[in-house]
Amino acid sequence: MFAFDFMRHAFIASTFIALTCGIIGVFVVARQLSFLTHMLSEIGFAGAAFGAFMGISPLIGMLLFTLASSGLISGLSVEKARRESTISAVSSLFIGSGILFLALANQSSSYATQILFGSIVGISLNGVWQLVILSLVVLVTVWLIFRPLLFDSFDPVGARANGVSANIVSLVFLILLAVSVSVGAQIVGSMLVFILMTIPAATAKTLGHNIRQLLTISVGTALIGVWLGLWLAYITNWPATFFIALIEVVFYLGALLFRKKA
Amino acid sequence: MATIVTVKDLSMHFGNKDVFDRLNFEIQAGEKVSLIGHNGVGKSTLVKLIIGLLSPTSGQITLQDVDGHPLKVGYVPQFRNIDADAPLSINSFVALNIGKNWHPWLNNAEKKRVNDVLEQTNLMAIKHRPLALASGGERQRAYLAQALLGDPDLLIMDESTASMDVDAKQVIMALVDRIVTEKKMALLFVSHDLELTIKYTDRYLLLQDKKVSTGTSDQINPDSLKGAE
Repeated sequence: MFAFDFMRHAFIASTFIALTCGIIGVFVVARQLSFLTHMLSEIGFAGAAFGAFMGISPLIGMLLFTLASSGLISGLSVEKARRESTISAVSSLFIGSGILFLALANQSSSYATQILFGSIVGISLNGVWQLVILSLVVLVTVWLIFRPLLFDSFDPVGARANGVSANIVSLVFLILLAVSVSVGAQIVGSMLVFILMTIPAATAKTLGHNIRQLLTISVGTALIGVWLGLWLAYITNWPATFFIALIEVVFYLGALLFRKKA
Repeated sequence: MATIVTVKDLSMHFGNKDVFDRLNFEIQAGEKVSLIGHNGVGKSTLVKLIIGLLSPTSGQITLQDVDGHPLKVGYVPQFRNIDADAPLSINSFVALNIGKNWHPWLNNAEKKRVNDVLEQTNLMAIKHRPLALASGGERQRAYLAQALLGDPDLLIMDESTASMDVDAKQVIMALVDRIVTEKKMALLFVSHDLELTIKYTDRYLLLQDKKVSTGTSDQINPDSLKGAE
């Protein structure tokens, strides 16, 4: 399987994506931002389509759109952004814009499918480097702000009262989320990137008893999901995204059953 | 005693509503002060102004440096919006306030600091218990321990005993009193409970009709809080 360049690229890229999404996802779930993550993935679709329209790479287009919208959301305050109806309205606007950009760019439907649902064959060595560097930027930043981010995510009242700059932490986290969504979408697609961003963390929340376990289970199930998903895609020629989604959901349902029995 | 908090001509308005108008008072290092008044007079607003969560409409709040460092304030709120499913033990909840360092994990000195406040608040034996399964009294002690981990010069208890039964209130306040006295920290105790404020504080600040008045705790006029308890 590793004789093929595209499979090697896909494995390296997906390993870093799983690490990034697994860790960021813990904070997404703790900060109750799953729906916002979904919105960012749709914004990512519009960004990629915009990239096609402008003749730049889909990743750059995604980064532009998700980062700009994160800044906007931060300006509106996270509380407002959590309002589901606002998020639904913004999502609709971006999906519509994405379709418009695709139409204007004269791209084929297979290109749209690739953006929306991901592709393991389209990742070049250059693309792998881009993903690895962006993932490392996210992981190093999380390392640097880990303590205030943890405090603000699990005890926002206590964090604010004890001098944590919650607005700065929220803004930095939204930027990290935007970059992670853009990176993750390269493998599983913009529509399904929230699988990796939320389900491994939800599984971890169901099984974990402390922060260390939470991070370990989230990253572990994300890694197993992408590795196994890519292998199954290779031997069956079915979409990797399907297998990744299936594996993550099986983990989550298994965790729920395990906790129910325990 | 040195002054650690100076409030000068402090006014706060929310829209057209005047919460309070030109308040003036001080808090001294090591003194135990209660903040009393009816619901809605702005006690929590005043606390949020002191800890910097709100900005005043006009006036000033000055926090003096203590021993060459900025005044450290520990805050124990009545309510916390902590997810009931959050996988936080009492130990990991308290450790959230450990402060800055370049690495995510706790080093030995930091673990010792956490253990010290858990000992002080009688939580050491149950430190691995999930916070979600802790009793009301244990949770309040965990909130107190988290605030103490910042080694505060001023401890603010904002209606922290309001939802507790009579015995639990006495237990937590006796504990607070012992720690505050030992550590020589100032206490600002926001409460409706006259029995507790008289027993555990030396002086009161009464917020009433947008103004503040003060006196020794044994001078509190119960009529001023009638109906608030």
